[in-house]
Amino acid sequence: MNIHEYQGKEILKKNGVKIAEGIVAETPEQAMEAAKKLGEMTGCKVWAVKAQIHAGGRGKGKIKGTEYRGVMIGKSLDEVKEKASQILGGTLVTLQTGPEGKKVNKVLVGADVYYPGAGQPKEYYMSILLDRATSRPVIIASTEGGMDIEEVAHSTPDKIFKVWIDPRVGLQGFQARNIAFKLGLSGNAFKEMVSFVTKLYAAFMSSDAAMIEINPVLRTSDDQILAVDAKVSLDDNALYRQPELANFRDITEEDPLEVEASENNLNYVKLDGNVGCMVNGAGLAMATMDMIKLSGGEPANFLDVGGGANAKTVEAGFRIILKDPNVKAILINIFGGIVRCDRVANGVVEAYKAIGDIRVPIIVRLQGTNAEEGAKIINESGLKVRSAVILKDAARLVQEAISGK
Amino acid sequence: MSVLVNKNSRVIVQGFTGSEGTFHASQMIEYGTNVVGGVTPGKGGSTHLDRPVFNTVEEAVQKAGADVSIIFVPPAFAADAIMEAADAGIKVIICITEGIPVKDMIYAKEYIKTKNCRLIGPNCPGVMTPGEAKVGIMPGFIFKKGTIGIVSKSGTLTYEAVDQLTKAGLGQTTAIGIGGDPIIGTTTKEAVELLMNDPETEGIVMIGEIGGGMEAEAARWIKQHGTKPVVGFIAGQTAPPGRRMGHAGAIVGGADDTAAAKMKIMSECGIFVVQSPADIGDTMVKALKEFKK
Repeated sequence: MNIHEYQGKEILKKNGVKIAEGIVAETPEQAMEAAKKLGEMTGCKVWAVKAQIHAGGRGKGKIKGTEYRGVMIGKSLDEVKEKASQILGGTLVTLQTGPEGKKVNKVLVGADVYYPGAGQPKEYYMSILLDRATSRPVIIASTEGGMDIEEVAHSTPDKIFKVWIDPRVGLQGFQARNIAFKLGLSGNAFKEMVSFVTKLYAAFMSSDAAMIEINPVLRTSDDQILAVDAKVSLDDNALYRQPELANFRDITEEDPLEVEASENNLNYVKLDGNVGCMVNGAGLAMATMDMIKLSGGEPANFLDVGGGANAKTVEAGFRIILKDPNVKAILINIFGGIVRCDRVANGVVEAYKAIGDIRVPIIVRLQGTNAEEGAKIINESGLKVRSAVILKDAARLVQEAISGK
Repeated sequence: MSVLVNKNSRVIVQGFTGSEGTFHASQMIEYGTNVVGGVTPGKGGSTHLDRPVFNTVEEAVQKAGADVSIIFVPPAFAADAIMEAADAGIKVIICITEGIPVKDMIYAKEYIKTKNCRLIGPNCPGVMTPGEAKVGIMPGFIFKKGTIGIVSKSGTLTYEAVDQLTKAGLGQTTAIGIGGDPIIGTTTKEAVELLMNDPETEGIVMIGEIGGGMEAEAARWIKQHGTKPVVGFIAGQTAPPGRRMGHAGAIVGGADDTAAAKMKIMSECGIFVVQSPADIGDTMVKALKEFKK
């Protein structure tokens, strides 16, 4: 589960990680109040106004129809209010949101933290995530902060380094010092970085995070180490034991059809194609999407109905797929193991009748337990549904449906 | 021959008396699997499905001689169940449970490294040696005893492959569902290696999906050590990028992550790669004829 920057920073702060202070605002007036309060707290006279959406690239992204970016600097309280008024309610388009963009409902007003002292500040990169190859957490750090890390990895891979953590003993002191040394730090900044890494790892483990990415980590001009940004995603499987963090879910960030699907215990991901599909099992669902493409269509979605494909789940699946106006045909692909094909077939017929007005061709491929009985039920239902048993036949029927045969 | 489980395996079911455990244990028994008992803490001493229930895996090993365990314990307690089985001396631990927190699996995987055991899964359909032992949730009737081994990250896609093989006249030695989680006990390469070393297995079907570098690792191993034809498929050629992984993940996984990249590496390593999941069975028939050592 992805969460907002301000929520990620709450997790960091609770674990003792130093962050650039900020206050969330939902209106321009609140943003100005936030700036005023931050000024009183920190003495800052410059503020950052940052759009809170679940996507990166905000600094370079633009609010639709304006020249305003997702992250703006305000040098007075009025400027903060003005910038916030343009960002809030706008649609932010970044490299990661796609051309449709995301609506901004909240901004984070942050105190400027770069120049409290006389020295020069510097930005670094740090993330912690699971390394699948070793099944261990890995800390990734770089001297090249504030930039697109994939670009750094591509052009100057020697500037990125990784430290793997033995989970039985956790992050050790020498590892934290090693990271701080490799980032070229000394003196107070070195000590601050050792503490920063140690607490960041604690935050990662205690919150059941899937990933924490801090870009940039800032060394201020007076040698403090702070998290200026925070991108955190949490392990969905662990939310049951993190009730406070589970409340961070923001369904306005999710596709409404995906929300509806999850309420019906369906695993659905919306795509841009013209052939909808409904499948049992994630692997077969992906394989079915691939087959649709090979048949000349484009998959409109991923939809895994899981182990229990019955009339209720099939109906919910139908309703969700049919809400997508791009869908020109629907393929149902069920391999009946535990679930019996004749029951699924009855479920399809019931769901079809319950919805009534289905205008796109439907292809039902049932294989496995009682496959022949299932096909018979479909064929004798009198509905505009075609059945297949072999996967190749299903592919051919999809091809015919798209070409209008 | 076969790998991991056979008719002599002494199987116990952890989470025996729960609804999932009960249903699948009866199916396993009906198939002919040698289920010698089960474990449900607090219900030790009773009988379930005509078999003894034990409080601990240790007791099941001592009293029933268990050497294989299948786990149907809910996600919050599954990592604990894996470690209990490993500690008790179970040799093959098969964890079906889906939805175990990643952190729990990080700890469990480290723990079992110190024990003499093999973990299959979690989040997998189990292991099947046709005609001998079904230690999993797959539909038994689609399998046929034969000479093809299967390694797969996915459940229903495995059934699809098995069904195509059986219909093409090719039976199976052992089908291994390794699981779709980011942390699993046995990797694609390790499972392929088991089947490559099995004298009865003459060909291998390897089914992967997007994410991680396991299929590429297996492909490179096959190129060096392979002595049998391998047919490969990667699900998710049309999956959108970055839906589960943040971009920090892309650094660690690297270019091996997409279906296209994996299929390319697999082809280069001599694997018979199919573009369509409908072609797995036919391609194996062809591969068995064309493969040269």
